Amino acid sequence: MINTMECAMDAQSLISISLRKIHNSRTQRGGIKLHKNLLVSYVLRNAKQFYMNEKYAEIYRMQQYEEVMTVCNEIQELNPLDLAEDIAEASGDCCSQGAGSPLLMEPASVCCALPASNHSAHTPQQQLQATAACSAAAALALQNEEVCKETNSVFFRSCCAEAYPVTDCDFSSLSAVHCNKTTVLDLDTHVVTTVESGYLHQDCCAVPCQGAQAPAKKRKFDFGCYATESEEVPDFTPCKRARFEDFYCPHSEQLDTSNISNLISIFGSGFTGLVSRQADSEFSLNGQFCSKQTLASLGAWTRAIVAF
Amino acid sequence: MLLVEDGLGICVVHLSPLSLSLSLSLSLSGAGGGGNDVQWCFSQVKGAIDDDVAEADIISTVEFNHSGELLATGDKGGRVVIFQQEPENKSQPQCRGEYNVYSTFQSHEPEFDYLKSLEIEEKINKIRWLPQKNAAQFLLSTNDKTIKLWKISERDKRPEGYNLKEEDGRYRDPTTVTTLRVPVFRPMDLMVEASPRRVFANAHTYHINSISVNSDYETYLSADDLRVNLWHLEITDRSFNIVDIKPANMEELTEVITAAEFHPNQCNTFVYSSSKGTIRLCDMRESALCDKHSKLFEEPEDPSNRSFFSEIISSISDVKFSHNGRYMMTRDYLSVKIWDLNMESRPVETYQVHEYLRSKLCSLYENDCIFDKFECCWNGNDNVVMTGSYNNFFRMFDRGQKKDVTLEASRESSKPRAVLKPRKVSAGGKRKKDEISVDSLDFNKKILHTAWHPQENIIAVATTNNLYIFQDKLN
Repeated sequence: MINTMECAMDAQSLISISLRKIHNSRTQRGGIKLHKNLLVSYVLRNAKQFYMNEKYAEIYRMQQYEEVMTVCNEIQELNPLDLAEDIAEASGDCCSQGAGSPLLMEPASVCCALPASNHSAHTPQQQLQATAACSAAAALALQNEEVCKETNSVFFRSCCAEAYPVTDCDFSSLSAVHCNKTTVLDLDTHVVTTVESGYLHQDCCAVPCQGAQAPAKKRKFDFGCYATESEEVPDFTPCKRARFEDFYCPHSEQLDTSNISNLISIFGSGFTGLVSRQADSEFSLNGQFCSKQTLASLGAWTRAIVAF
Repeated sequence: MLLVEDGLGICVVHLSPLSLSLSLSLSLSGAGGGGNDVQWCFSQVKGAIDDDVAEADIISTVEFNHSGELLATGDKGGRVVIFQQEPENKSQPQCRGEYNVYSTFQSHEPEFDYLKSLEIEEKINKIRWLPQKNAAQFLLSTNDKTIKLWKISERDKRPEGYNLKEEDGRYRDPTTVTTLRVPVFRPMDLMVEASPRRVFANAHTYHINSISVNSDYETYLSADDLRVNLWHLEITDRSFNIVDIKPANMEELTEVITAAEFHPNQCNTFVYSSSKGTIRLCDMRESALCDKHSKLFEEPEDPSNRSFFSEIISSISDVKFSHNGRYMMTRDYLSVKIWDLNMESRPVETYQVHEYLRSKLCSLYENDCIFDKFECCWNGNDNVVMTGSYNNFFRMFDRGQKKDVTLEASRESSKPRAVLKPRKVSAGGKRKKDEISVDSLDFNKKILHTAWHPQENIIAVATTNNLYIFQDKLN
């Protein structure tokens, strides 16, 4: 349990500072210092773990509240007429919100947003918004270890395909959608910006595949680029892909998938290409193919990370 | 341009300021105070006064030779400056001789590895002296990639009276030679020459952090982040790899080697420290490759102190055997630990160097100070250890008397006959008079390198670009 009371910085600031250090080390005289970058990667891991734990705790709190609300609703369901009205009202409320609006913390609205995507009566725009909400929720849910294990495959399909109707998603645990704002550091322009929730829609497309091929062994920040020996050069290319998932997931393969979405939101660069590719529907329902495409398009941030 | 002030005036220097500076010195005569406590007095300071420090002048290593007569420094510009202690003045037997420049040479130059597109820094990472076997002195100096053996020899005579050469070196026309004479050696001004006798290159993929001469005086080891190599001093085209901690998959890397040293008496034993705070002792008789350690020294982490930076502050920056070979000392970011070689479970002594920094780790991480690699050293008797800190403070821990003191290396306290006043840092709350608060500490003024004379109470303390020499007050 990390004692952060003495740390004046929050985990996200530490993450961006650490990334900046790694980025700067590429241009330092004398070559990349293995020792220093290893230590920085430990800080990154610790900050990430702390950040994830906090998020998880929040999700759990929301989940508790959500369960209470669900029980209340179930009691109400005894009257079907009341139910239909409620849902229609609630859905209308939710989906009338703009696509970019932050999802509210209140579990009631989340409840509404989620089944709304199933509702065939909605317009495509509303559907898209609902999908955005769903995906955002899904992405966040993926950050939750437990949800990850149970519902991975379901979410991947819903995330990757456009306007794909979500059928059997288990949304009960997705109460903690509070992907409202994320601070991102663009490693190319060194600009720190705050990103709205709609961003995460893109994120989760990159997520699935890593979970599918998450390595059994612990992974560390990839130092393959220190490959200064000739025999290591062949490792360079395959390492790149592995590095994507490795970077933020030392010692925790379960968090691989969730970390990627977090990672992407933190970097925030190179996503214009990602968005355009999505519109082309090049992403198949096959998670693996999806990830490779994603990887190929993330030129900017792989440049940043794949420094070694 | 650097200005160097001496007793006679100001001169402009372009070479290493250490070598061209004259030093302030004082005579330590007079009755001293009582008590067993050592009182440290300022003796000399070398280097430029200029506040604007050129990067090349930053001192990167300090080392006394085995007799203590010579003191070598290496800097970021790849230069080595050697100081020699003057013989004791017969008229003032209480005074120890002062250290004056003996030799200066460019040990390493910046290089470029075209294959990997990497620049190799010329900064001298370590200097280690060889024991003296003849009139000449030998030392090993290393940068990130290459180790060199330097011979420093004196020349105080030169041959005169050649038959075929003029005195200025021009060749004479043989037809003009009418008589023959035998050249004779005539005294000349002392000239100290440094020549590279061996170059040990291309054996390290990663950055060399340590070299250590074996007690057999024939071999030495060099360590980089992932490997330790064994060399013979006479053979440059071959070295044996004795430790390799590089994982098959670099993505699984979890620790690196941070320092390595041979045992002072047992030529088969050496230790290496890691970034995880462990020390491994290896016996070269066990196997050719010493990946499997004979002993593992590790102290369990205190879970209540866990923070984002736990891994960084537990990384060991230096390891030194005691002179008697019974103990070893390790330095991590906040503390110095003494280990008994017979007990692996925990250190026998732990000294906090600057515990008040524990609450400042965040800002120290931001400004990169948390990555500073402090060294440590033993005194000749192994009863006092010394290490550096920030604000040009350095700390000494008396193991026998269980006392510690903080001293400062500064120009302000560099007055003749000045006894160094102990300093105190107030961690918080009320600040007493003469105490300095943690927030006032200058983290750009750090003492990373210190050295203790092998026999006497003479210490060399390197600030960023100055070398301070302190001596104990003689009665």
